[in-house]
Amino acid sequence: MDAILLQLLNGLDKGSAYALIALGLTLIFGTLGVVNFAHGAIFMIGAFCAVTLSKIFSLSHLASEPSGTDFLGKPKYDDVLYIKEWFGESAGAWMLDWSVPLSILFAIPVMIAIGFIMERGLIKHFYKRPHADQILVTFGLAIVLQEVIKYFYGANPIPTAAPEAFRGSFDFGVLLGFDPNAIIYPYWRLIYFAFSAVIIGGVFAFLQFTTFGMVVRAGMADRETVGLLGINIDKRFTIMFGIAAAVAGLAGVMYAPINSPNYHMGMDFLVLSFVVVVVGGMGSLPGAVLAGFLLGILESFASMNEVKNILPGIDQIIIYVVAIIILLTRPRGLMGRKGVMEE
Amino acid sequence: MSFSNLTRRGLMKTGAVAGAGLALPTYLSAASHSGFTNAPQGDTVTLGFNVPQSGPYADEGADELRAFELAVEHLNGGGDGGMLQTFSSKALEGNGIMGKKVQFVTGDTQTKSDAARASAQSMIQKDGAIMISGGSSSGVAVAVQGLCQEAGVIFMAGLTHSNDTTGKDKKANGFRHFFNAYMSAAALAPVLKNLYGDDRKVYSLTADYTWGWTQQESIQAATEAMGWETINDVRTPLAATDFSSYIAPVLNSGADVLVLNHYGGNMVNSLTNAVQFGLRDKQVNGKNFEIVVPLYSELMARGAGKNIAGIVGSQNWDWKLEDQLGARYTGTNAFVQSFGTKYGFPPSQAAQTCYAQTLLYADAVARAGSFNPCAVVEALEGFEFDGLGNGPTLYRAGDHQCFKDVVVVKGKENPENEYDLVEIVEATPAEQVTYDVDHPMFAGGELGNCNPGA
Amino acid sequence: MLGLNKKDLGVLLLVALLAMAAPILLNPFPADSGMAQFNAGYPDLMQRFVIFGIFAIGYNILFGLTGYLSFGHAAFLGVGSYSAVWMMKLLSMNVIPAILLSVIVAGLFSVVIGYVSLRRSGIYFSILTLAFAQMSFNLAYSVLTPITNGETGLQISLSDPRILDGANAPSYPNLFGAQMNSAATIDVGSWSFTFSVGYYLCALLMLVAFYISIRIFRSPFGLMLRAVKSNQQRMNYTGLNTKPYTLAAFVISGMYAGLAGGLLAAMDPLAGAERMQWTASGEVVLMTILGGAGTLLGPVLGAGFIKYFENIFSKINDNVLHGWFSFMPDGIEDFIITIIHPFVGKGWHLTLGLLFMLVVIFLPGGLVEGGQRIGRLFRRKKADTNTPDGTKTPAE
Repeated sequence: MDAILLQLLNGLDKGSAYALIALGLTLIFGTLGVVNFAHGAIFMIGAFCAVTLSKIFSLSHLASEPSGTDFLGKPKYDDVLYIKEWFGESAGAWMLDWSVPLSILFAIPVMIAIGFIMERGLIKHFYKRPHADQILVTFGLAIVLQEVIKYFYGANPIPTAAPEAFRGSFDFGVLLGFDPNAIIYPYWRLIYFAFSAVIIGGVFAFLQFTTFGMVVRAGMADRETVGLLGINIDKRFTIMFGIAAAVAGLAGVMYAPINSPNYHMGMDFLVLSFVVVVVGGMGSLPGAVLAGFLLGILESFASMNEVKNILPGIDQIIIYVVAIIILLTRPRGLMGRKGVMEE
Repeated sequence: MSFSNLTRRGLMKTGAVAGAGLALPTYLSAASHSGFTNAPQGDTVTLGFNVPQSGPYADEGADELRAFELAVEHLNGGGDGGMLQTFSSKALEGNGIMGKKVQFVTGDTQTKSDAARASAQSMIQKDGAIMISGGSSSGVAVAVQGLCQEAGVIFMAGLTHSNDTTGKDKKANGFRHFFNAYMSAAALAPVLKNLYGDDRKVYSLTADYTWGWTQQESIQAATEAMGWETINDVRTPLAATDFSSYIAPVLNSGADVLVLNHYGGNMVNSLTNAVQFGLRDKQVNGKNFEIVVPLYSELMARGAGKNIAGIVGSQNWDWKLEDQLGARYTGTNAFVQSFGTKYGFPPSQAAQTCYAQTLLYADAVARAGSFNPCAVVEALEGFEFDGLGNGPTLYRAGDHQCFKDVVVVKGKENPENEYDLVEIVEATPAEQVTYDVDHPMFAGGELGNCNPGA
Repeated sequence: MLGLNKKDLGVLLLVALLAMAAPILLNPFPADSGMAQFNAGYPDLMQRFVIFGIFAIGYNILFGLTGYLSFGHAAFLGVGSYSAVWMMKLLSMNVIPAILLSVIVAGLFSVVIGYVSLRRSGIYFSILTLAFAQMSFNLAYSVLTPITNGETGLQISLSDPRILDGANAPSYPNLFGAQMNSAATIDVGSWSFTFSVGYYLCALLMLVAFYISIRIFRSPFGLMLRAVKSNQQRMNYTGLNTKPYTLAAFVISGMYAGLAGGLLAAMDPLAGAERMQWTASGEVVLMTILGGAGTLLGPVLGAGFIKYFENIFSKINDNVLHGWFSFMPDGIEDFIITIIHPFVGKGWHLTLGLLFMLVVIFLPGGLVEGGQRIGRLFRRKKADTNTPDGTKTPAE
């Protein structure tokens, strides 16, 4: 029982990450009709926003007096952090410790700017081109972004820690009357879950309750008519692209402490996020979120040894098995609309 | 226009080849003169360094490449000579190999067996490389080793840790200096017993492919022999990036040790996840919960950051060996000195094994007096040497595996910088990690005969 | 001739000529010059050119004609390789049974996957094929290791039974005794050309594959497939069941992929699971689009382009750069190398990514369109002379 509850919890957490990544992708799919293979790269750049900010906070100069000798026997100078000099020892240390949450503030403008530049500079010209061309150009872009990051940060993962206050894990088991340690879950992952819920809710509210959102939804349904009504849908689409990039970027920022970011993490998530979006159904935001949670939970259950003993290797393929079953029983995924990217 | 190596008859035959693609003579240009593939011509000899330059192991590949360049520099008499000065064999004189200047070509394995073979093929067919070295995974090592066997060149494996490389997939033309999963387990077991007692329950997560399995099998055998109990072993998909669903149940399983049979990105992530779950702060069965990572690598430790503090694992070599454990590991300081002077930071174990392999190959050629792969194989088989940083070492004839001490390390609690993340616990002597050639974990393959090519 | 019109015949003959002369054409630089780095005329790479050419030609029959974007074709390539290696392990080192079996098994595999996946269209179809291929890859890497040898890949070994081979049979893949890796090298001045058995076998099969693809493009069947692409709904309304046609196209392209996989294994007896990974499926998609989807020559060009970068650019290291620019003064030399450095060697992916973007932005029809534009330019210059220009004119 406790094992099942634990995997359910873990599945919700995994699912929230999947849903958050898929949300940005489906915004672009659904509103702009663009197959964006660079979406994973945007997620990756988000994570590297966190890395960058902690690097900025760690900028230092060498102390004037040597403190010992280095491995070659030459005099060694300690690093002195600028941030500690400027803001004082304790404030500097606090900022360094909290660099990941702080990089949310840093990442939002950066990601929106990247989104705008991408849309205006590149994607805009591909709205009317075949999907194949969109795939090629965004895949090329993904490689370029990824290689640029690799050039500056190397190929090795870069550890990016959550604030000290959120290390360790919370014991749900005791709360529910199980033995201690039966159901524990890390604080940071719980925060990630809450954060995803807020962002997902925010995007829905934005689309549902604002005039802007209404126009965008109308544009998703019938772009031509909206254009005929004299509404400048292009500008709104640019803004939507920026929002989608910001959502993916924030997903990346918050993900950085969970797994050390590396330059190809975007590609690792790319296939998965496409599967989530399509299983959810093209053009449906709730579908993407639902599919994200569904796949997250099923993946968690499939990794249990009790399940693996019956079906060896099931955790390797569960996502694909589920995708196939759903697509065969529900022609347009869970909640897909008719006619969106069916040709 | 001059037609060397071409007769009228040969031309007709070539025409027939072009026409029908059938029945033709087997002659490679160099082979017809010297009896082996890519015999060096003129006053240079070309070596092929095939390392991952893209993909997750690109940084490891870059470090290997640095070591190769350094080795070539030293072979050609440049720099401070590095480990050439401490190497027990004195056949190398700093004038290249047998007076031929050493040149090298590089390629990208992408850590995929296909790409690695394509890259090695181009070195052999296009650049005339007579030896291939490097690599950062066992899949690639086994694939390229097979290719070198067929093509008739020598393969000096880089970083490859699976038992299979010198076990069921061993080849006469292939040699491994790096240690393997069995040795890791054999070296770790006594240390683990000292540190954590002889009554422990193990939960292991194992990467679900060949290397992971051999690692798990080895560590289970070694720890059970000293009284530990393995209560669960869970296979994790190679493509997994988030291990939370595998780690969540660990604490409630009754186990008090978690063994992570992972490498590379898998290891960084599974270890980070395990520490996130707070496993290291917990007590189970009245004992502190411990995590063990059988194969350590400096670069992976760097990726895991503070999470490696206090975690035990094994290494082939560490740059602090000679300073801390004494002159037995002579060569270490010489290598660190020249590597550090050239690049500004200490070398990784991958760099050391690649540097050593290059020197060992060059030395074997010099001692054999020939570049013929069969002569090199003969010179390397059963070769005992010292002064390359690992202490006295034997290249065993039966399976082309090096036998030397294994370093057991532990993550530092307060590392001073990103190159000094581990402390040496002890070095397990070579005798304790030696096994028979026909040990069941290594059975199933045969070396075959050396192949000099056409 | 051969049931082709004059223009198609011209294209076929041209491709045949290029394929046959490739060992010479691809080695334009003397072997000991600095530019030899750019020579691609060594057997392994030439084999890859034509093998991936076959793969892309086959893929183009599905994607170029019907518009169905499969993201799982690498699975057929992988299955082909595995069957070929197993054939060489069990039966004979002769490549004929190996290649035949690889085509048949890939064909059967694609019937099953195609039958299921073609129940959906558009992106739903793409994700179904992707899911099947990723399942094959993940299982081949782990659970199916007894069949696939997992991470290390399936190799031949001395102890294999090989029931058809006698005691003295060659231990390397061969065609009735002619080993795939045997080659003749001819030195002409400072040039060096290598002619290998394996390459010519691949090239011949590529020509056959190319010929069949032209026939399919020009057949009523091909026309039907194109109709599916332009408007499947209308086809269905006219009472026509399009599924047998699309399934046939899927299976044909799956068999092409199997042939490519079998040939890869025949040239170099190893079958690794990575061949089935989604990145490998993505690669053939990129090859086809890059070259020009729906054109006859495009896929082959795209395959050559990508494989050239993978194998040639990745090998240019700083040493090589210093070799090239050593004639310059030190400061300028270092400056130029600093600029070029990120784009070659370990940065080859960056260059490839940039070129993908440039090609698709400026040449919407792929490389073939680039050729067409050059061709047009060429024709405009000598407007009156009517030159039949096969290379520059795609068959579409």
